[in-house]
Amino acid sequence: MGSEMTNRRSTLKSLALGAVSFLAIAAGGAVSAQAENKELKIGFVGVTSGPAAAWGTSNVRSMQTRADWLNETGGVKIGEHTYNISIVNFDDQKDPKRAIAGMEKMAQEGIHYVVGPNVDDGAAAVRPVAESKGIIYFPYAFPKALYAPPASNAVLGMIANYQSGPAIYKYLKENKGVKKVAFIAANESDPLSQRDSGVAAAKELGLEVVAEKDTYQNDTRDFTPVLTPIVQLKPDLLVLSGVAPANAPLLIRAARELGYEGLISAETAQDATVLQEGAGELANGFISVGGASTPEIRTPVMEEFIERYTKKFGEYNDESNTKVYALEYIIETLKANPKAIDNVDEFKKTMDTFSAPNPYAKDSTLKYVGATSFGQKRQLSVPMVVTEFKDGEFKTLFVGEVD
Amino acid sequence: MEQVIANGLYLGAQYALIALGLTLIFALMNVLNFAHGQMYVLGGFVTYTIYGQLKLPFVVALVCSGVTLAVIGGLMEKFLFRPVVRRSKREESTMLLAAATAFFLDAVMLLLFGEKQRGVPKIISGVFVSDRLILPYDRILVGVLAILMIAAFMFFMQYSKPGRAMRALAQDRVAAQLMGVKVERYSMIGFALGAMLAGVVGGLLVSITGVNSGIGGPISIKAFLMVMIGGAGVVGGAIAGGFILGMMESVGLTVLREYGDITYLVIFALLMIFLSIRPHGLMGKPWG
Repeated sequence: MGSEMTNRRSTLKSLALGAVSFLAIAAGGAVSAQAENKELKIGFVGVTSGPAAAWGTSNVRSMQTRADWLNETGGVKIGEHTYNISIVNFDDQKDPKRAIAGMEKMAQEGIHYVVGPNVDDGAAAVRPVAESKGIIYFPYAFPKALYAPPASNAVLGMIANYQSGPAIYKYLKENKGVKKVAFIAANESDPLSQRDSGVAAAKELGLEVVAEKDTYQNDTRDFTPVLTPIVQLKPDLLVLSGVAPANAPLLIRAARELGYEGLISAETAQDATVLQEGAGELANGFISVGGASTPEIRTPVMEEFIERYTKKFGEYNDESNTKVYALEYIIETLKANPKAIDNVDEFKKTMDTFSAPNPYAKDSTLKYVGATSFGQKRQLSVPMVVTEFKDGEFKTLFVGEVD
Repeated sequence: MEQVIANGLYLGAQYALIALGLTLIFALMNVLNFAHGQMYVLGGFVTYTIYGQLKLPFVVALVCSGVTLAVIGGLMEKFLFRPVVRRSKREESTMLLAAATAFFLDAVMLLLFGEKQRGVPKIISGVFVSDRLILPYDRILVGVLAILMIAAFMFFMQYSKPGRAMRALAQDRVAAQLMGVKVERYSMIGFALGAMLAGVVGGLLVSITGVNSGIGGPISIKAFLMVMIGGAGVVGGAIAGGFILGMMESVGLTVLREYGDITYLVIFALLMIFLSIRPHGLMGKPWG
């Protein structure tokens, strides 16, 4: 009996030692495999908490998903070296002061390429830091001064509302007979500036603007009082300027429940699940600038990206169809000119002539645009997909491009 | 104008219900619960999960929201606020604790429920339409339920034994203790009740306004505003504050719309003037 127990103990000890040795070897092997690749840090400074968390979270998660995918498949070869991509994240809480601190942190870590910030004031605030510390940054904010000379370090990561707005209004005027337009915006710098440029574009097209000063607090939960006077004006089109994804279904629902029967549109990307949960069938017909890779135009790479994102985070965010592009542009541009890895002037030189296949959308190329809007190429070319929401999904109305 | 008044009354009912829990906790423990908005949000997420995701009846979800928050509130009082109130001689300590709790709950909810706005199917479909008034049936139901809950709460506080004990505590903590009121027990019940109210109203309103993990802070600010108007620690004051704020919002957003978003500017300016005249709010001291 005693020797049986001793034998059992010995066997258990041997098994335990074997397991520990195996783990040690495996860990050592993993470390040495990773050590072969250098590390390329890409930063993110933007909002990942509070009411606008969805904007920045979709950025960070897109970057993390893509970085993991690239690292898993051996890393990225830039020049003579192969790099693992590491995402350094900083939540600026939509506060310009914190955005500056975030950009300073990126500089301290030797990072030259940063995605974000997500809003106008944050993007404007970090400009001096980015320019003095040699950082190229990719804001999701629309002020032209960030991208037009003498500024040169900011690259707009999406389609601006002053680029998509006129195209949408023209389409609706010609195809849906829209004549009267009402605008409503949150009382914050981004939505207000988007509203102003939207109003100007609508007037230029000869549309009658019946409401252009109506605003709401961004933390409004019940929009019925805000929309009551606007609905009474009976516009053909209600534009939700710069509307946050969290507010869009509430505004749509309130307008429809008040009896509004006209069209509703926004020039910002929205999320289909959020619209469906928040407004259901009342959101049918809602027009927005959708993710840059809707089902009709997406490639198998985009399908796999969505699958990986969903597996990693439990749920996909349609905004990531656009947000996935920034990291891709950074990596592909560095591949095109490896000297740019620690020299943003080289990066800027490459931007003028850069071109690569677009892995996410059919019949499309990655290239820098913006010459018409900013006088220099300081914008990522992403497909401008104008969509209509229908029964839980976005359907493509038309696809455009910015030059 | 009828529409504006109806909007104001509906907003007022929900605001009053939000403010009740906050003012109750303040009255009993002199704690400014900065996490009240986060408790509301958590209640919303519980209802979202049970009604929206698991497809159980709305009433079940609402009860679960209330019970969950009551338990969380009770535990917070026992293990966080009670020791701090006992040991600290500075009132700011409880305020800092409440603020820390708010940040903690914000972060936990962001991790658990994600960054997206969440919504649930309507509890009743259809809209009441007359010549001068348009009101969806679900809003009418929520408004009526809010008023019934406020009435039930008032009844409970007025006529039940725990209600009387809590009122006595709010009036004079030492005297209540000398009269045999178990201070710790009723403080915990009061905190749990306040948290439960936040959870129930969060669950109730998720059917109208949805919920997302970032709205706790703004909800707390609005609740404080109502409590300041009515008088901190006074239940009647919180109800009055809620209805006044709801009506001011509704009227302001209609009358002042031509001037841009100045409604809240006007509300805050009026509040400053009002508080300089009546620093204790409309109803002054805690109830008696």
